[in-house]
Amino acid sequence: MDQLERDLLNNLQGGFPICAHPFQVLAERLGYSEDVLIEGVQQLIAKGYISRFGPLFNTEKLGGAVSLAAMAVPPERFDAVADQVNSFEEVAHNYERDDRLNMWFVVLASDEIALANVLAEISRETGLEVLNFPKEQEYFLELKLEVPE
Amino acid sequence: MELTELHHRLIEQLRNGLPICPHPYAVIANTLGITEEGVISALDQLIENGLINRFGMILHHRALGYQANAMCVFDVPDPMAADIGRAMARLPYVTLCYRRERVAGVWPFNLYCMIHGRDKHTVRAQIRHMTARLDLCDMPQKVLFSKRCFAQRAGKYGAVPFTAKNMAGGQHGSA
Repeated sequence: MDQLERDLLNNLQGGFPICAHPFQVLAERLGYSEDVLIEGVQQLIAKGYISRFGPLFNTEKLGGAVSLAAMAVPPERFDAVADQVNSFEEVAHNYERDDRLNMWFVVLASDEIALANVLAEISRETGLEVLNFPKEQEYFLELKLEVPE
Repeated sequence: MELTELHHRLIEQLRNGLPICPHPYAVIANTLGITEEGVISALDQLIENGLINRFGMILHHRALGYQANAMCVFDVPDPMAADIGRAMARLPYVTLCYRRERVAGVWPFNLYCMIHGRDKHTVRAQIRHMTARLDLCDMPQKVLFSKRCFAQRAGKYGAVPFTAKNMAGGQHGSA
């Protein structure tokens, strides 16, 4: 990874300018030309370092419901159950973790009722209990995943 | 904040991200049939009202070599949760921090934080630093490293997988 890529990754995780010429504004701040900056961002996307460039929406404020759910899946059934769970379009991402509760996934739905229905449906299809861990409070942080030398 | 039809169309348009070009908001405006100023002021409103949490690059941690992903959970007394949560969120290696409901008899933990790191060894050292720094050594706690991540469409776009059809109801979001 070169210096341009590191500078982009370390400076563009938030606060992208909302103005007519945003890359130009950033280019001046970071000491690059606008062309170089735009090409750099396109490169990062092409390389798969960035999954998306744009706004990160607040689900709840937009009227949606979001929760974290977990299941204790028998190891021999894990892949099959993962396929079942991932087939729901409301499941945003799903992690296998090293615990008795070994499957953890985020569910996004249009409202609380739809969310509860999805969890119930997953439980019915898999025959496994689905635990729900709704968020009570989020402690916000500045984004600062540093990409070192 | 009351969302207008324009807000909904703008949100839908931005689900897949911003065009990477000199005048991205003009491109969006063109698609929506409104002015660039209209797009800019609508985005300003969404940000001011907290409907957009942040605006920029959404990183792909694993591709960047952040292979170790630890979910750390703690059972802290409820009255202390806010102070500890805010302090946790200030630590440079913590990438997300939430208070969640406990599940009686199954899961006593109420405070969650995520640490993304290059390797487990480093992440374990960071967890030791966190527990010492925030005086959490005596609190019940657990660390769950991720073994596999299943990439999802919704995760990829960082947005609720609603289609244009049901956007009339106006829901959208990210994990």
